[in-house]
Amino acid sequence: MSTIYILWLRQVKKYFRAKSRIIGALGQPLLFLVVFGFGFKPIYQQAGAGDYIQFLAPGIIMMSVLFTAVFSGIDLIWDRQFGFLKETMVAPVSRLEIMLGKTLGGATVAAFQGLIVFVLSILIGFRPENLLMLPLAAIFVFLTAILFTSLGIAIASKIEDMQGFQLIMNFLVMPVFFLSGALFPLQNLPKALAVVTRLDPLTYGVDGIRGIFTRAGQFGLVTDLLVLVAVTAVLVGLGSYLFENVQA
Amino acid sequence: MSSIQDNANIVAVSNLVKKFKDFAAVDGISFYVKRGEIFAFLGPNGAGKSTTIKMLTTLLEPSSGKIILNGSDPAKNKDAVRKSFGIVFQDPSLDDDMTALENMQYHAVLYKIPKSTRDRQIEELLRFVELWDRKNHMVKTFSGGMKRRLEVARGLLHHPRVLFLDEPTLGLDPQTRNHIWSYLKDINRKEGMTIFFTTHYMEEAEKVAERIAIIDHGKIIAIGTAAELENQTKTASLEEAFIALTGNVIREETANGADQMRSMLRIWSRRR
Repeated sequence: MSTIYILWLRQVKKYFRAKSRIIGALGQPLLFLVVFGFGFKPIYQQAGAGDYIQFLAPGIIMMSVLFTAVFSGIDLIWDRQFGFLKETMVAPVSRLEIMLGKTLGGATVAAFQGLIVFVLSILIGFRPENLLMLPLAAIFVFLTAILFTSLGIAIASKIEDMQGFQLIMNFLVMPVFFLSGALFPLQNLPKALAVVTRLDPLTYGVDGIRGIFTRAGQFGLVTDLLVLVAVTAVLVGLGSYLFENVQA
Repeated sequence: MSSIQDNANIVAVSNLVKKFKDFAAVDGISFYVKRGEIFAFLGPNGAGKSTTIKMLTTLLEPSSGKIILNGSDPAKNKDAVRKSFGIVFQDPSLDDDMTALENMQYHAVLYKIPKSTRDRQIEELLRFVELWDRKNHMVKTFSGGMKRRLEVARGLLHHPRVLFLDEPTLGLDPQTRNHIWSYLKDINRKEGMTIFFTTHYMEEAEKVAERIAIIDHGKIIAIGTAAELENQTKTASLEEAFIALTGNVIREETANGADQMRSMLRIWSRRR
């Protein structure tokens, strides 16, 4: 337990110390909220679908959770390249504890980033209907954060250096975001797109908090939660398995 | 050579091999290190020194052969082995974005040093390496010598029975080098802690090591005291003996991912 705690603490401390990075990472969600939020608002309204910002905000909150989580996991590559991972790997602790500590640390940081974007979205005009449901939303956010941090660790365990970074960004992280229903409703999509969006785990995270905040969820909270729990379990398992064979 | 199970030896290696695809980085080496000894492991670049240390310290699985470290096999009983040694790596292995104290605390928790003695031990060691005044400074503000001293202090924190030092004094000025060796010899004397180190500074090996092994192309080509190696090669110094044994050819080492990343970093200045 103490191992998990100290690894968690390290991630969290480093996050709060890198203030410029926190602010830097808010640029993109803010841009998306303002530009898409106000840019598509009129046409979304004309289509009779209501206020686009209400629809968009949960998607952008989850976007920042996704990005922060994946990068917190991929951070492992830096630890490996800069030698710090060796210090951890020669210590008499199990690989599983190391992996779990890192995952929980990364997930905490990602969830916090989501919280900041939530506050920003309120400043821009997002009005969650039921603030009493906030703890439930936090569960969805944290689960999503664990899911994608594990994915980041799994990837970092397999790639050597940051050369592959652009590849991951363009072929994994961006598609996961764009196909999650963060930006557009998932009803009446072309068949292929409908299938792909349903295979994207972020879809259920976005749908979950959208359901909680605006009652506009599509799959229902129970389905969302079950899918997230299942995928998270699989990815934590995969991350642990791949991390087990990492050579520092 | 004494038996691999001999308890007088803290490290015993027999017929150790590590192959990467078809290339044998370590090609059937056998040696032992006595408890309390200061042992130098010398060799040109790419001779197999770091690969051997990685196998001794559970970071790499041998292709074949046997290692016993403080009575346990690193391939089977990893945690027992991990508790027995401390290590100062060739490359920096501190977290630059944490303070000296935090780096020490991280280590103390991983090695399960009881809370009751943790703070006292950390203070003692940081004073020992003269970094106590800088304990709350970020490691990234430290000079190379300070980082090395911190790594030494960290490596000693859990009272290892053997300390591995992979080129511990590389790039340090003579003052810092002497400083570090005077700490280490002090602990070696007081606690009987074995020291296993690699270096390219032959005078250093000659001065501090009780026994020296020379490895080249993955094989140990000579082992003994500095005087024995000089006698064997009929030379007047360890440096001459080393050259006589390993030849004059300059070894090429390909840059690994970490080197490439470091040069990339230099171009992109600092991350975050």
